[in-house]
Amino acid sequence: MSDITLSKINNFACRDVSLSIHGGEILVLLGPTGAGKTTLLNVIAGLCPYRGRVHINGHAIDHLTAGQRNVGYLFQDLSLFPHLTVASNVAYGLTVRTVSRREERVRELLALMKIEHLAERYPGDLSGGERQRVALARAIAPAPRILLLDEPLSSLDFRTSRYFMMEIRRIQRTLGITTLYVTHSLIEAREMADRVGVMCEGRLEQVGTVEDVFIYPANERVADFIGPPNVFDCEGCEVLGRGLVEVCCGGNKVIVSYSGGAVGKIAISSRHVYVSTEKPPGPTVNRFRGVVEEVMASDLETRCRIGVGNMTVVAEVPQGMYEERALLPGKEVFIILKLKWINVIEGEGVVDGSDY
Amino acid sequence: MNSQGKKGSETWGLVPIAVFLIIWEVVSRFHVFSGYHFVPPPSAVMGEFYRLVVAGDLGVHFLSSLTRVVIGFCAGSIAGFLTGVMMGWNEGAHRTFHPIFSLFYPIPALGWLPLFMIWFGISEALPIVLIFVSSFFPVLYNTITGIRTVPKNYIRVAETLGASRYRVLITVILPLALPNIFTGLRLTTGMAWRVIIAAEMVAIPTGIGALLMKAQNLIRIDIIIVCLIILSVMCLAFERFFLFAERRLTGEWSRHV
Repeated sequence: MSDITLSKINNFACRDVSLSIHGGEILVLLGPTGAGKTTLLNVIAGLCPYRGRVHINGHAIDHLTAGQRNVGYLFQDLSLFPHLTVASNVAYGLTVRTVSRREERVRELLALMKIEHLAERYPGDLSGGERQRVALARAIAPAPRILLLDEPLSSLDFRTSRYFMMEIRRIQRTLGITTLYVTHSLIEAREMADRVGVMCEGRLEQVGTVEDVFIYPANERVADFIGPPNVFDCEGCEVLGRGLVEVCCGGNKVIVSYSGGAVGKIAISSRHVYVSTEKPPGPTVNRFRGVVEEVMASDLETRCRIGVGNMTVVAEVPQGMYEERALLPGKEVFIILKLKWINVIEGEGVVDGSDY
Repeated sequence: MNSQGKKGSETWGLVPIAVFLIIWEVVSRFHVFSGYHFVPPPSAVMGEFYRLVVAGDLGVHFLSSLTRVVIGFCAGSIAGFLTGVMMGWNEGAHRTFHPIFSLFYPIPALGWLPLFMIWFGISEALPIVLIFVSSFFPVLYNTITGIRTVPKNYIRVAETLGASRYRVLITVILPLALPNIFTGLRLTTGMAWRVIIAAEMVAIPTGIGALLMKAQNLIRIDIIIVCLIILSVMCLAFERFFLFAERRLTGEWSRHV
């Protein structure tokens, strides 16, 4: 397992980026398009010029060429060699490094990726998910010290990308390889990350656990990207079973995922609060009637402060919707707190229904 | 399309040619145009072809032309390919040589003929050098284009996997540039035959072009037609050869790119 340390990386897209990635972890680099995330991967891979220092396990690698750095890189467009079969694509890194037992290693990797049956096919014959697996197999074939993944799921449909997220996790855990994963998707960051780093305009704004970043954004830029959080104290709760608990916050009952431990607070990003002027159909779980208390409008989006019982929820709505639905103070609205986006913060709060 | 269907369509393609030959034969036999000798029927043309082959005249002229085309074409294509690889792969070489070659490229191959006649005289070197020039530029520019249009990420992937610059060139860039290079070769091969005929008609006493000129002087239209058919078949055969070679080398993957 390799630790990576970046010290004061500067170039055309990165500004004073310093970052430590612990051996064996997945650090997800999150940020909007043009934030400099891919450039940072290229810096580590030795594919673009930079000032600063890159260390792997304490050894500087700045003087090494891309080929000498022993970095596995999965490019966003995958870039599978179209003139080589799947097996030859996977074997490429082994062939150029004249690794022994090449065929055996390729067979192992194809089995790990569950694509043995595709060995003699050309990339043009493969589906998006299959291409993804081949590209990943090729990247890890020479047993790199670090794995760099640049928006690996961007070309996949939602269902396939959910599956592939689990697969990347499985493979990363199996190999124990230190991984830097670039994405602009909050879902991917949440699902994949051991830790998250947020980049905006070339600067690394915050690094921390998913909870740290999603619930306590370090500054306005991070909050703007993640969406400012709503954090509610837990006044009591009741375990419902099946991994769910009903939490009482400000007099409202909110159902959240539960994996044991004491529930201190719950948090949800303003971006994941759904607002409707009409009563939403379906079950009433995590749906509340509220009143718009304040509207903070900007060019792209509008934030509404909505009073729901004794709690105040901040919701972010697109500009068009704000105008269309005339979300003015005093208007009655309905909100939905999306279950999968509610974070549970452990604390000294309530554990089970005895306090309820 | 399966192979049986393909074969059927190729056979069907021969039907219009057969119909054309029949009409030609009838038109000629019934003297629709004035003068039998101005439009000899295909049977007479074939007869003359047979006579020229048996007498050995056609073989001598044909081999002279073929030898010149093969030598000039191979030398020009290899030089164009190697220079193209150098210019496509090395930015410095491209910046240095591109202005010079772009100056010469627009000159038609036959435009060089007067100059080369003075430099090389009426010798075997003259048509070979002409074909060399006519082959060099199309292969050069198609090779450069092929190399320069290989997506950069393929190169980056190969580099991160540990390939040296030379290895990237051999294993990634050249294979991916092949379709473009073959396009250049196919263009060039037809050009080489057109150039050799023109050169032989003007300045060289042997070869299919020279035979054409002799036939014209003798108003032997049947021989002229024999020469034109040979020219057409050779252009087609060379082009088909490169098409076949291209399919063998890139057919498995290029249909998906």
